[in-house]
Amino acid sequence: MHKPRMQPLASFDIASLQYLDERGQTTQTLPDFATPDALVAHYRQMTLTRMVDGRAVKMQRTGQLGTYPSSLGQEAIGVGVGAAMGGEDVYCPNYRETGALLERGVAIEEIYAIWGGDERGQNFRHAREDLPLSVPIATQILHGAGVAFALKYKNAHLNEPARVAVASGGDGATSRGDFYEAINLAGEWKLPLVVVINNNQWAISLPRSEQTACKTLAQKAIAAGIPGLQVDGNDVIAVRQAVAEAVGLARNGGGPSLIEAVSYRLCDHTTADDASRYQSKETLRDAWSREPLVRLRTYLDSAGLWGDNQEEELQRELTQTLEKGVRNYKETPKDAATAMFDHLYAALPEAFLEQYQQLQGGG
Amino acid sequence: MAEITLVQAVTQALAHEMQADPRVIVYGEDVGINGGVFRATEGLQERFGGARVIDTPLAETMIAGIAVGMAAQGLRPVAEFQFMGFIYPALDHILSHASRFRNRTRGRLSCPIVYRAPYGGGIHAPEHHSESTEALFAHIPGLRLVVPSSPARAYGLLLAAIRDPDPVIFLEPKRIYRAVRQEVPDSGQALPLDRAFVLREGGDITLIAWGAALKETLEAAEQLAAEGIQAEVIDPATLKPLDIHTVIDSLEKTHCCVVVHEAARFCGLGAEVVAQVNEYAFDLLKAPVQRVTGYDTVMPYYQLEDKYLPGVTRIVTAVKEVRDYAKGRGL
Repeated sequence: MHKPRMQPLASFDIASLQYLDERGQTTQTLPDFATPDALVAHYRQMTLTRMVDGRAVKMQRTGQLGTYPSSLGQEAIGVGVGAAMGGEDVYCPNYRETGALLERGVAIEEIYAIWGGDERGQNFRHAREDLPLSVPIATQILHGAGVAFALKYKNAHLNEPARVAVASGGDGATSRGDFYEAINLAGEWKLPLVVVINNNQWAISLPRSEQTACKTLAQKAIAAGIPGLQVDGNDVIAVRQAVAEAVGLARNGGGPSLIEAVSYRLCDHTTADDASRYQSKETLRDAWSREPLVRLRTYLDSAGLWGDNQEEELQRELTQTLEKGVRNYKETPKDAATAMFDHLYAALPEAFLEQYQQLQGGG
Repeated sequence: MAEITLVQAVTQALAHEMQADPRVIVYGEDVGINGGVFRATEGLQERFGGARVIDTPLAETMIAGIAVGMAAQGLRPVAEFQFMGFIYPALDHILSHASRFRNRTRGRLSCPIVYRAPYGGGIHAPEHHSESTEALFAHIPGLRLVVPSSPARAYGLLLAAIRDPDPVIFLEPKRIYRAVRQEVPDSGQALPLDRAFVLREGGDITLIAWGAALKETLEAAEQLAAEGIQAEVIDPATLKPLDIHTVIDSLEKTHCCVVVHEAARFCGLGAEVVAQVNEYAFDLLKAPVQRVTGYDTVMPYYQLEDKYLPGVTRIVTAVKEVRDYAKGRGL
């Protein structure tokens, strides 16, 4: 039988990055940014994220909020991404990004408004240029490529500073054409784009193992000709380090990167889901042993940076912050019915005036 | 002044806006050195450089999606889809994002995008190159849908579309890309969106058509005039929002109406015209509005496309039927 002789042409490696293992012990020297203050700040934001998520689920269960996608167990990704970005950079989030949104300065009541059925939540008072949460999967990654093009163009031709777009998505997003088309274009056009994939192992009920035959999601970068890296997504230091490096590369004209942050969805897909239908108790229990908050707390404890007193004080402070957000959300009066027309176009076309007036008159 | 074709008017408008506004970016498949498969972007890359006139990888979803991000950052992207038959992968971004960003963010971000595509049949092209599916886009809230029907209107309406603060689907009737030449001064003067144009005045019947179908509609009007029937021909030009007032004003005179479009009949825009005429001008009518349209079939391969497309005879016949109906009721 004929056996064709082939020459090796190209080969690729995928690296992974971790600083804190699941027992909260360092696996290598920490990066410069990981000062005690920074780590405590990350712990604070991750704790707040978990509280905001937890209250959202409770409010949904009691009819005070609509369907909500919790990020329970994935707090290190959002906080790490948010911390790695510059305030002037542009975030292009998917819908499961409570931690990153808080880092970007989005208010708790804005997050609740979005899921409480009020578009005004997407009118971020801070982070004015960040894109709104995107519900259709992976579409925001293409928007991120467009943002990155604009940032690069304005930097090169309109004297604006070098800025970076960071887009996020889940593991399911990497199966969509949008994801691939975005990283392919970003590679070819050398766009300042960082794509962070929250691989939380589940796309609703479909496990990561059935999403793709790829060993890692990071390796999808290879097909696009861009750097790809896998990080421990439950290690906030690793996430921040990887994203900061990619953001720096992009800012300096080095083009896009793909980062796969490996984590686990410790909650249902949304409050409308019941993960016990497809996920075994054992798997879930096992995943809890690797969760990001305890890991960081253990490290902070062992490094003498944290203790019960500080924890108590933090809980008190964050409870106040949360309650204020909840109050602001609940006390916001419903928008006028005509708001659905007010921002449909820059100016309402005459053809829709009659409908507008009908709505104004009570429908 | 040289006379130019509709496709040259498109180029002229693009060049004018690129010259006037550094935020205008033109991109799509083969729009660079090749000047687009219909040459709508001919010479633009040479003149404005590869940073602003850009060949993209072959991915329509991407072409639509990046426009959203570009526009949210204040650029004015003008994206070309090579043929309307290939625009469908882009629908998700047009429908789910471009048309909604302003509303979703309560005005914080917006999408001043022009999505251009050649559309319509009658050029003996392969399958998927002859589509008229404008109604798909007309149904989407937050969009504008514009179809020019002459070089002057292509120039003036495209300028308006690029300057418009909201997303515009700009469908170019490729069958008449080079059908007529007109003097179109490069004045930078935009034509109004959301306004219909009366292309021919007449008191006996109102004919409504857009894009390439106006060619046959105007020919039909000419033929009818020879028989003593004066048709008023209206080009809505902006199909969404629709300027029904111009139609009603015409019906005040004519009391009879025929709508002509290449697209399939069912849920075609003719249905919207009929519905609005019923709502706002029922008492003006002496006969039911007739539609002369493509059939509710798949657009046939080109050997049969002339059977599919509304021709002069079908339009003239419909006009006579409508008028006979009105006469038969003694109206």
